[in-house]
Amino acid sequence: MSTDRPVVVEIRRLSKSYRRGVQVIPVLEGISLTIAAGEFLALMGPSGSGKSTLLNLIAGLDRADSGTVTVGGIEISALSETALAAWRAVHVGFVFQFYNLIPVLTAFENVELPLVLTDLSRRRRREQVAMVLNLVNLQDRSDHYPGQLSGGQQQRVAIARAIVTDPTLIVADEPTGDLDRVSAEEVLVLLERLSREMGKTVIMVTHDPRAARRAETVKHLDKGILAHDGEAPVPECL
Amino acid sequence: MMGKLLFRNAFRHTLRTLLTLFGVAVAVLAFGLLRTVVDAWYAGVSAAAANRLIIRNAISLTFFLPIAYGEKIRAVDGVQALSHMTWFGGVYIDRKNFFANFAVDAKTYLGLYPEFIVPEEQSDAFVRDRKGCVVGRGLARRFGWQVGDAITLQGTIFPGEWPLTVRAIYAGRDRSIDENQLFFHWDYLNERLKAVSPRRANYAGIYVIRIAEAGAVAAVSAAVDALFANSLAETLTETERAFQLGFVTMSEAILMAIRMVSFIIIGIIMAVAANTMIMSVRERMHEFAVLKTLGFGAFRLGGLIAGESFVICAAGGALGIAGTFPALRIMSHYVSNVFPVLDITTATLVYDVLVVLAVALVAALFPIRRVVTVPIVAALGRVG
Repeated sequence: MSTDRPVVVEIRRLSKSYRRGVQVIPVLEGISLTIAAGEFLALMGPSGSGKSTLLNLIAGLDRADSGTVTVGGIEISALSETALAAWRAVHVGFVFQFYNLIPVLTAFENVELPLVLTDLSRRRRREQVAMVLNLVNLQDRSDHYPGQLSGGQQQRVAIARAIVTDPTLIVADEPTGDLDRVSAEEVLVLLERLSREMGKTVIMVTHDPRAARRAETVKHLDKGILAHDGEAPVPECL
Repeated sequence: MMGKLLFRNAFRHTLRTLLTLFGVAVAVLAFGLLRTVVDAWYAGVSAAAANRLIIRNAISLTFFLPIAYGEKIRAVDGVQALSHMTWFGGVYIDRKNFFANFAVDAKTYLGLYPEFIVPEEQSDAFVRDRKGCVVGRGLARRFGWQVGDAITLQGTIFPGEWPLTVRAIYAGRDRSIDENQLFFHWDYLNERLKAVSPRRANYAGIYVIRIAEAGAVAAVSAAVDALFANSLAETLTETERAFQLGFVTMSEAILMAIRMVSFIIIGIIMAVAANTMIMSVRERMHEFAVLKTLGFGAFRLGGLIAGESFVICAAGGALGIAGTFPALRIMSHYVSNVFPVLDITTATLVYDVLVVLAVALVAALFPIRRVVTVPIVAALGRVG
């Protein structure tokens, strides 16, 4: 993490476990982590290491058993469900592995969806949507439904939806996991640009070392414990 | 935007939506028809005048009252006009051609019922002709009768053939008036009874009186009944409304059954609509999880689901209500002899709308609860 930038995410002694019947399965154990504003962080680790759970907690989609998550000075672990939903609408943009676009809405309408929760006028909303679709180079696909778009195009629509509200954080869970190599590259370039050129804080969970190489910082999780920086370096050959 | 999403989701699974919509339409149609039938049962009660009283034998309607009572009743303070009528129960050609027919005091009867609109010359012709009769417009239309036509009733209570001539055709003042009745001269009936069955002569089924003030009902009723207390034929005087209600009460069990069936139908369609909404929302749970992720709160998610349910139910309800009118016309054609007045009331239309709203709301409740309470992570986990 670069020291000259303010901290935007601060995680302290975060623990989370799941119950399966009477069995308690620990997923995260005492995680502490800080992420700087504008940082592009990749979370890596084997399946079941807890990286998606950590991402969910940072994004306010789930609750920890103990510890705190503070984003932009707000301790989100202390917010009510309603306040958390309102917070997510303003501060977090999500990119999922399987895009999760609404199939009955066009690309334009999918991107417009988060703006429905804002006070923006219809004209202002349309301008904003057009701008981000232009940014992801999909202005000519705005009237297409998700089913009429390729995987890479759908993921770019999802990125446009994630950034349309100008959030503090962009969280991406395996954003290239369902894409071919070319499309994955396009998506990674886009995420990199968002971080480098637009100063967005991007947290990406990935299995793919090639994707991780695009990140500014790589953190490794194993069995719910965060490894020290550089403990599991990304192979250069990839 | 939300409206667009709501409408597109509602018709996403077209066949299922159309089947549910059709189910709601049929349920609303059936509900409207059954309620209209119940209303038709009460048509006589609704049409009853507040200032008309019915005087009948206190024992039962099947026992008649002496014709001599007429003059005594007319003398009671507050009585403005008097007539009498006797259920004749005649059959026209075949029993299946049932319609109500009465022997009435021709000179006074029509004067007591201003809701029967009869051209003056026809009314006079009826009074002049001892074998003349007045028929309702509906009845005339049903059998193709015209003024001057000769018809014959077969007596059942009063055996024999009863040739009559149609002298007048009445129209109801409004749609609530039964236009399927026939009235002929009581004198004609009484003459023949004197000849063939003298013991049955000089009796009337009921007396009808008009009182000067509707507020004097209790006093006039008590005065009339006091006149014949401890006689061989004691009277029971009641308002026309109470008299008509007495007939309805006899069929109360049937009416209750019809009402129950109408509500059972609504219950069934609530379950069907709820099932559609539950299935539809379950299939799209991950989309709702995505919306929750984007920051959509319980109110907006609930609105989306309730709106979708409302769109389906409202479309079905509108179809059902629109279908009720032609269905009633067809039904009326077959049952006009039993239910002369078969019109959907404003109250029934309001109930139809309330039923649609209730079905839409109930159908949406369970899926709303599920969507609002499901953890985002668990719902997203449903996707691959």
